[in-house]
Amino acid sequence: MPLLAISLVSAGAIAYEVLLIRLFSIVQWYHFAFMIISIALLGYGASGTFLAVFRRPLVKRFDAAWQAFAVGFGASAPLGFALAQRLPFNSLAVAWEPSQFAFLGAMYVILMVPFFFAANCVGLAFVRFAEKVGRVYRSDLAGAGLGAAGIIAVLFALAPADALRLIGFLGFLAAAVSARGSGHRRRRALALAVLGAAFVAALPGSWLAPRLSPYKGLSLALRVPGAEIARQSSSPLGMISVVRSPTIPFRHAPGLSLNSRTGPPEQLGVFTDGDGMTVINRYTGRREDISYLDFTTQALPYHLSDGPRVLILGAGAGAGVLLARYHGARHVDAVEMDPAVARLAERDFADFAGRLYEPGHVQLHVAEARAFVAAAGKRYDLIEVSATGSSGSAGAGGLGATYAYTLEAFVDYLRRLAPGGMVAVSGWAKLPPRGTLKLFATAIAALERVGVAEPGRRLMLIRDWRTATLLVKNGDFTEADVGAARIFARRRSFDVAYYPGMARDEANRYNRLQAPYFHDGAVALLGPAPSRFQARYKFDVRPTSDDRPYFFDFFKWRTLPEFLALRSKGAMPIVEWGYLVLLATLVQAAVLSTVFVLLPLRVLRRRGASGRGSGRVALYFLCLGLAFLFVEIAFIQRLVLFLGHPLYAVAVVLAAFLFFAGLGAGFSPRLAARLKGRRGPPAIAVAVTAIAILALAYAGALPGVLPWMVSWPQAAKVVVALGFIAPLAFCMGMPFPLGLSILAERLPGLMPWAWGINGCASVISALLAALLAIHFGFAAVVVLAVALYVVAAVAFLNPLGIGAER
Amino acid sequence: MNSRGWKSHWTRLAAAVVVMVVAAAGAVGDEDGVLSVRRAAMVRVIQAHSALVGAMGPAAEISEPVLRAMGRVPRHQFVPSGLEGMAYADRPLPIGHGQTISQPYIVALMTELLGVGPGAVVLEIGTGSGYQAAVLAELGVKVYTIEIVPPLAEAAAARLARLGYGTAEARPGDGYYGWPGLAPFDGIVVTAAASHVPPSLVQQLKPGGRMVIPVGSPFSVQQLVLITKNADGTVKTEQLLPVRFVPLTGGH
Repeated sequence: MPLLAISLVSAGAIAYEVLLIRLFSIVQWYHFAFMIISIALLGYGASGTFLAVFRRPLVKRFDAAWQAFAVGFGASAPLGFALAQRLPFNSLAVAWEPSQFAFLGAMYVILMVPFFFAANCVGLAFVRFAEKVGRVYRSDLAGAGLGAAGIIAVLFALAPADALRLIGFLGFLAAAVSARGSGHRRRRALALAVLGAAFVAALPGSWLAPRLSPYKGLSLALRVPGAEIARQSSSPLGMISVVRSPTIPFRHAPGLSLNSRTGPPEQLGVFTDGDGMTVINRYTGRREDISYLDFTTQALPYHLSDGPRVLILGAGAGAGVLLARYHGARHVDAVEMDPAVARLAERDFADFAGRLYEPGHVQLHVAEARAFVAAAGKRYDLIEVSATGSSGSAGAGGLGATYAYTLEAFVDYLRRLAPGGMVAVSGWAKLPPRGTLKLFATAIAALERVGVAEPGRRLMLIRDWRTATLLVKNGDFTEADVGAARIFARRRSFDVAYYPGMARDEANRYNRLQAPYFHDGAVALLGPAPSRFQARYKFDVRPTSDDRPYFFDFFKWRTLPEFLALRSKGAMPIVEWGYLVLLATLVQAAVLSTVFVLLPLRVLRRRGASGRGSGRVALYFLCLGLAFLFVEIAFIQRLVLFLGHPLYAVAVVLAAFLFFAGLGAGFSPRLAARLKGRRGPPAIAVAVTAIAILALAYAGALPGVLPWMVSWPQAAKVVVALGFIAPLAFCMGMPFPLGLSILAERLPGLMPWAWGINGCASVISALLAALLAIHFGFAAVVVLAVALYVVAAVAFLNPLGIGAER
Repeated sequence: MNSRGWKSHWTRLAAAVVVMVVAAAGAVGDEDGVLSVRRAAMVRVIQAHSALVGAMGPAAEISEPVLRAMGRVPRHQFVPSGLEGMAYADRPLPIGHGQTISQPYIVALMTELLGVGPGAVVLEIGTGSGYQAAVLAELGVKVYTIEIVPPLAEAAAARLARLGYGTAEARPGDGYYGWPGLAPFDGIVVTAAASHVPPSLVQQLKPGGRMVIPVGSPFSVQQLVLITKNADGTVKTEQLLPVRFVPLTGGH
């Protein structure tokens, strides 16, 4: 039995999945990357159908078939990406051109192929070694766990294109290992390995290197005569490109006042995944060179404070730090999550940036913002949160979870303020107002949470035509504050949108809208019936929380018909596509899954292989597939803040869940054997009871327990996370092989089908979990997962179906 | 709103029918005739849309002269070969180099917002295909237009000359500092992605002149910024949504 070979293929498949998201985030945009890969994973479902139909001939020639599938995976992984990215799919034009969906469909099909082959390897092994499904499943999961963690490590060292070669080679290597293990001559194993190495080495670099959409910011910047890439680096966090444009300089100054007499100095453009430009400003120490910064809304808090101690969250390439220095901040702590971005101003272009950071005085910290704040011992006069930078906002436009603007985040920020200190959040002022009002609502909720009776006395909001800055003070705004803010705004032709005691006719004077929408929104949110306003408003502007951290979700079903009616009349840009893309992906996945699942059922029925209980079999594996990922995803969300980085959370949780579930799978036959014939509950009931107790206990207790340990060293926190995950994952690894081994005894024809259902359910699960969390929060996702496990156990134990004999 | 919606629906439907009938007839008729009918249909679509705009901004309707100009410019000459068939659909189209030719309705709206007529002098930053410049030239406006991507600038200059738009002058280069030798201008259009309003462009605007800046991504204009220079040299900025959409903020 090629256990090691199975692990290699599983590792390759999950690494490929992670890598594809990375690659398509560079080529396209994140939310389409997510959609394409979700659907491509249905290759697992297709494999179930395929194996169900061709089970017998494939088992007969197991070795040859298995090796062919492994080679198929190795070859199609790099080639599939090379081909898919050559399709002229333009996600920006989808709304205008239904024909784009044909390209999208072609991408799905092409990228399904590698997952289909990988799934065939595992599925065929289940069928062939039906009596040892626990061990096969253990190898599958252990390999996947190592693959998930491994690809992240690999992406720190290799460019994505080379990682693609490595994954291709894994497929050939798996075939070689299997050939060796199955008693073939060594020569065949060697030949397969050499073939694989030659194949991946021969792939032209131009096929594998990401070809950016021509509409991405980096592509556009490089079309300007003389523009060139000065430096480019890649990590699992993103591809960072620094562009120099000497002929026609960058002049990036979002929301620069019309009254500014100076523009920005010489700049280098910084692109994350080829988009979302920020800049490194040239700073020679001459204050007047950067005086333009004082003519942006972001400068407001410095006019209300004197030599503040500043904390900058999301420092990016350093514009905020420069602003703090311009205003003579007494001390600056600058926090940036992506080390590659942080290093630009600190090291790679330190001279250009004018030695922005001075240890002790202006200090750079590479950390996730929330984790830094939670662990910080200091108090600040100003905490600046940037929402216009690119770094860490991979979900902008799509629907990534964002923890910097949640209710709990604001509470944390407020607790780190010195008396009279301020939180300042600057972000894009989109029209019609959405994010700005959601931030305002979240700040109100946070002030109420910390016991402020009149939040309206502590808030201030100004805007220009691109950006808005919200101030939240630890204390009431004084008349002097208000006076200074009004002078600041008037001199720059910025509009005040809210301050305590503001009259409506003072709003909307310089950058005029049809009505003072920002002011009216702010007043309504502070008024007696904020929930009535939120219900009436055409975008979702309710506060976000750590449990529902989707800041960029503004979608409301109620508004959709109006959008659709106005679609061709200019409304296209204001439709919130993120949610619709997620929903569309879920619908597609559900439809395609049904095809994969129902098709073989009909075929099997016709052959008479499927007896009573096939419905229960389907229900059992569907529930397991859904529930496993629900728990996993909820855990990732829960640990993002604790482990200080979404990437660490994904790596640790995925790897740990898969690895310990693998151990559980390996143990499951022994548990079943031990309990068999005895009085008392069968193995499945024991496992599900343990899962239910642990999952619910964690859901209830972890939000309270984890913050206690958040300031521990990283290694200790990883150990803690593993300690929590291990027992739960161990138990979660058992139901699948327990069910499968009983199928093997009684209805072996259904085994591939069960494998396919499980694969489809996993795809649907990831999408459904996001959708459920948007509406109900992650705690609800865990509760639902437990319910699904219970349903699965009941279906399993019912005398009608399998497992009655336990 | 409802009856209006219906009306526009019928207008569009009628336009679509006309296009289809004519397209079928075009198989035997001459091509120019087909294209001019399609163009007329496009103008009717723009007209129908413009009647709906207004709630978020002052532009109530696209005026007759602008509609006439839109009806005369051969838009199919401004799109890449192969896309001529879609030239008169009310949608943006790719023109290569990561750029697009804007949705006709947006072009009409921007032209309208500029508020210029015969004899006026307009500066355009971001020539693209040259379509906006041609529409302005049809209005009797003298247009100076600057494009940052050299191949686009060359193609647009050649195209405008070939189509006889002698009053539109295109050159490649950096538009940030405007075209100082020719200033001041009655109107300025900034179709290049701008993070802020370049101060030199404000300076090159005549008192009473208007500047229009579309904000968004290549395939979608999220808002239009209209800057008006008052007689005393001060400026007024307005932000307009290109669509009639009321977010309902009032508690009353």
